[in-house]
Amino acid sequence: MAMLEVENIHSYYGNIHALKGVSLTVDEGEIVTLIGANGAGKSTTLRTITGILKPRDGRVQLDGEDLSHYKPHEIVYKGIAMVPEGRHVFARLTVSENLDMGAYSRNSKQEIADDLERMFTLFPRLKERRSQVAGTLSGGEQQMLSTARALMAHPRILLMDEPSMGLAPVLVEAIFDTIKQINKEGTTILLVEQNALMALSVANRGYVLQTGEIVLNDTVDKLKKDPTVQKAYLGME
Amino acid sequence: MFRNWMQRITLTDVVIWAIGLAILIGVIWGSIVTLGTGKYSTATWIDLTLIGLALGGVYALIALGYTLVYGILRMINFAHSEVFMSGPFTATFAAWALVGAGWWNKYPILSLLIVLGVSAVVSSIIAVLLERIAYRPLRTAPRLVPLITAIGASFFLQYVFRGLYGSGLKGYPEMTILQGFWMLGSIRVFKTQAVAIVGAVIMMLILYGIVQWTKLGKAMRSVSENKEVAALMGIDVDKTISRTFAIGGAAAGMAGILYLLLFPVAHFFMGFFPGLKAFTAAVLGGIGNVPGAFLGAMMLGLLESVGPSLFLDGLGIPAPYQLKDAIAFSVLVLILIFRPTGILGERLAQAKA
Repeated sequence: MAMLEVENIHSYYGNIHALKGVSLTVDEGEIVTLIGANGAGKSTTLRTITGILKPRDGRVQLDGEDLSHYKPHEIVYKGIAMVPEGRHVFARLTVSENLDMGAYSRNSKQEIADDLERMFTLFPRLKERRSQVAGTLSGGEQQMLSTARALMAHPRILLMDEPSMGLAPVLVEAIFDTIKQINKEGTTILLVEQNALMALSVANRGYVLQTGEIVLNDTVDKLKKDPTVQKAYLGME
Repeated sequence: MFRNWMQRITLTDVVIWAIGLAILIGVIWGSIVTLGTGKYSTATWIDLTLIGLALGGVYALIALGYTLVYGILRMINFAHSEVFMSGPFTATFAAWALVGAGWWNKYPILSLLIVLGVSAVVSSIIAVLLERIAYRPLRTAPRLVPLITAIGASFFLQYVFRGLYGSGLKGYPEMTILQGFWMLGSIRVFKTQAVAIVGAVIMMLILYGIVQWTKLGKAMRSVSENKEVAALMGIDVDKTISRTFAIGGAAAGMAGILYLLLFPVAHFFMGFFPGLKAFTAAVLGGIGNVPGAFLGAMMLGLLESVGPSLFLDGLGIPAPYQLKDAIAFSVLVLILIFRPTGILGERLAQAKA
């Protein structure tokens, strides 16, 4: 059974039908990517999974449990954490305080301290700046912080919304290396990206979303060879 | 360069700066004249300063409620004056019950703690109910709507308490151990003022510690930055907002007891002026900023108590002390014109960028 199962969800913004029956699954240990153009519904899918947006139809299941009736903050306790689009670190809190907030759903002081050490090994830059206010960090550092903050919840599955957005190419590479690293350490990842090339290079499987519908669903190797994907998302003719 | 600079100055700017300059000159001139005549003795100045600090402490605790709620909901809770009134008004009855039982002067510290507790709990409950019933359903409404609701809730609470406890003045019993004064060297300090100052500072430090270092405080600050992302951390946003109101309410309730030590009369309208002044203090310090609320409140308390004698007297104004409220509210107007972010507001804006 898949770990995360999204079944035929229909989400709306007011009267706008943003998701028209999206279904996808993520198995334990995988990196699955969701690619698509601006406005295709990628972020909407993630917002529906985290419970910020309630679908009018369909459901989201984690390990077979229906999440429809949980509030967004309760879903975190179920093991889903998200790196939001645009990073959204708490600008007036220090780096340490941001990480503390990431671990808000947890109680064991020892485990939190261990994970904090792990984050500081993964992102040494954050350790240097731990007592600095997060608003003073650079874009790349904020992305690291946002990622580390989500990992502090020790999620079973990590949702990442456009982690490469607005970053210099060299930082994009670094972020994708970390994504692989995090996955190797045992976290399942659902990655939403506009940078299809990078996304397809780290993921196991991919879904292509177009105006609220899944139009393709395959392993990354096959997606990379698919002519429509090549044309629309990889910029090849 | 110079020409650009000239073009950016409008007539309004010139007039405003002229008014500001005139006020500044008036204040300095008045102070020089007063000090030159030597009309007031050093002891009087010290007395006025102590009164100012005690008042400032009370304002600071009330201002905390305005500032926390503003920080988290971006709304001015104008019913906070009534949150401040409800606790101490109720506690006055508890105080008389303790007097009746003979505990008041027999166990004064215990009695004071009981009264503080009653006041804090009542104010806290009123604040939480206020948020739950009047503000939460309007959270997504335009910002003017909860503001108007707050004013309505303020009147509602005033008249509920008038209905419950009557419209008369209710004296607050004096404590024998708090009568008279202590001597600090050659300085005479009234015991009630000393208790108010020390109590307010201790409570402010505790509350600042809660906001700065506890899990709840960090959650409050996260929610105030971004509710949706806070929820993604597992923070229960509604519960955090409720607790913010509870803390602000408890602070106002305890402030009420300190206020009664200084002015021992409770009535249903007692919240109005201290509430407005605490709001002024919060704006003066930079609303949304806890140390700012403390700083603003202390400054306002001092201006209000020392100001009339210091600069109004020198300008030849008769009965200057009657104008202390005018000073407080002039400060509000001036701060909104010249520095709308308040004293500590800028650092906040910088951190945000």
